[in-house]
Amino acid sequence: MTRNQDPRSAAAPDSTLGTAIRARVPNAVLMLYILFLLLPLYWLLKMSLQPNSEIVGAFTLYPATVTFDNYIKIFTDSSWYTGYLNSIYYVGLNTIISLLVALPAAYAFSRYRFMGDKHLFFWLLTNRMAPPAVFLLPFFQLYQSVGLFDTHLAVALAHTLFNVPLAVWILEGFMSGVPKEMDETAYLDGYSWPRFFVKIFLPLISAGVGVTAFFCFMFSWVELLLARTLTSTDAKPIAATMTRTVSASGMDWGLLAAAGVLTLIPGALVIWFVRNHIAKGFALGRV
Amino acid sequence: MTLRLEGISKYVEGEMHIDRVDMACEPGQATVLLGLTQAGKTTLMRLMAGLDRPSSGRILMDDRDVTRVPVRKRKVAMVYQQFINYPSLSIYDNIASPLKLARISKVEIDRRVRAEAERMQIGHLLDRLPAELSGGQQQRTAMARALVRDAQLLLLDEPLINLDYKLREQLREDLQQIFRERDTVIVYATTEPLEALTLGGSTAVMHEGRLVQHGPTPEVYHRPASVAVSQVFSDPPMNLFAGELDNGELSLGAEARFKAPTHLRDLPSGRYRFGVRPGQMHLDNRDQARMALTGEVEVAEIAGSETYIHVRHGEAAWVVQVEGVHAFGLGDPITVYIDPDRLFAFDSAGRLVAAPASARPDAT
Repeated sequence: MTRNQDPRSAAAPDSTLGTAIRARVPNAVLMLYILFLLLPLYWLLKMSLQPNSEIVGAFTLYPATVTFDNYIKIFTDSSWYTGYLNSIYYVGLNTIISLLVALPAAYAFSRYRFMGDKHLFFWLLTNRMAPPAVFLLPFFQLYQSVGLFDTHLAVALAHTLFNVPLAVWILEGFMSGVPKEMDETAYLDGYSWPRFFVKIFLPLISAGVGVTAFFCFMFSWVELLLARTLTSTDAKPIAATMTRTVSASGMDWGLLAAAGVLTLIPGALVIWFVRNHIAKGFALGRV
Repeated sequence: MTLRLEGISKYVEGEMHIDRVDMACEPGQATVLLGLTQAGKTTLMRLMAGLDRPSSGRILMDDRDVTRVPVRKRKVAMVYQQFINYPSLSIYDNIASPLKLARISKVEIDRRVRAEAERMQIGHLLDRLPAELSGGQQQRTAMARALVRDAQLLLLDEPLINLDYKLREQLREDLQQIFRERDTVIVYATTEPLEALTLGGSTAVMHEGRLVQHGPTPEVYHRPASVAVSQVFSDPPMNLFAGELDNGELSLGAEARFKAPTHLRDLPSGRYRFGVRPGQMHLDNRDQARMALTGEVEVAEIAGSETYIHVRHGEAAWVVQVEGVHAFGLGDPITVYIDPDRLFAFDSAGRLVAAPASARPDAT
């Protein structure tokens, strides 16, 4: 009775309920979204911890018997773990070569005007538009004839073709953000170019270098076609090794899932380390 | 150490940026490069520093041709209008960096860096990074880095322009002191006549890529060689009137006629352009000795204790600078008065033919 006499007290519970729902709905949508994103990852992790019999058996949401056999096999069998080592080796090599080549090139594009500079800059990017598979045959034939076939350098160099243009493009954006007067002041102070570049300039664009390294790393890490075709045994990447799990006794699901989980880890680590740079890079540079 | 430019020209893609500049700068006083934006001040400074090569002409330092000597070997220091410091180095390392590269002993570096920082009033900030300082402090750091070394040539390209009014005044005073103590050639570029007057020394007026007048600052101020100089070296620019001298009678426009003042009496009869500084136009006719001109108020800007009245008179527009606060409405009729003794006279080619004699002693 008294409640009805005061319209404000009657309305109050309704409106707080309204705001609560309005606040929860986006949260719920977000949770669902994250759930869908994580589901395949979870499934992969679940499978990697299950024995094969359980995977192909009944549908389960979580492993009934947790086993680390799959992981132990990968870390003890050299035919497995060398796949990871090979991949990390050529990916690291590729990132270093790409940066070493792209840094001076990007500096030239950002600081000097020369004949055809704008065309060249665009032409570099068009390199990136071709699918890697197009270059499969020429690379294969070329590397066979110069003896680069089945080496880490072969894969690293092949990936460089795709990474350098992107690296130049990203770094140029960061470098152009540094005023030219900075270079001139350094020369006036008596810095030589290499010393200025390493001591003054590189720290200024460290975020850009981080972002570039990340993109080079990720491209090279996930690229399968070139890496598999240009290697046979000595430099065989993990992704190629994983295709071996089909044997006479059927598919080794658990082992494959464990290898998949381990393949995700380096990428996740790199993202973790450069996440702040990436955020800055998206805001500042050309990414 | 003397800096001499001989017939310096700079063309970029066929476009003239600097045209045949001859100039000598002496140590012990500041040479102020005065000109509007785009007059070629920065371009000329970059040529002096060696950051750009002139298209033709020679640059001499103490009679030694340095035109083709690279920047690093020239002992030049430069302060830009943007605050340029090395963001990754501390203030201490910023100031010390030219000394470190000159291979000076650690003890000596430390002494000089601290002394210079103290003088620039950033002694307590040496451990910070440039990004953690205010704009004024950043520019002080840039100046300290330029001053700490034994540069033969110190170039300052509108160093105070990006600072707020108060800081600018204070730094300008500091600079006066520093310039007096130094035995290097100092070139200071600015768009502001007031800076040229306070920093003293000599003034070189640039206009559209040419050096139009160079001499001791008071001399240039009181005898601007041409209409162009009178416009640059006066803030607001000097007001110009078309007028005539006819047998000792001076007329400005159709209405104002007066007996020609002493300094104009010897000029031959004919048409002239007369100039008067905005501060020399008045709203009252003291002693009935002033010429009256009428016009309409376009706008009256009140700037603190002064009022700038923009007056339109037919085709001509003038600015009258008067003491005190005066309110005017748009389009109000106004009568302004000019002391004929204060008139500059320019001939038809824009060259100065007579300057007011009485203007010489006071330096405002």
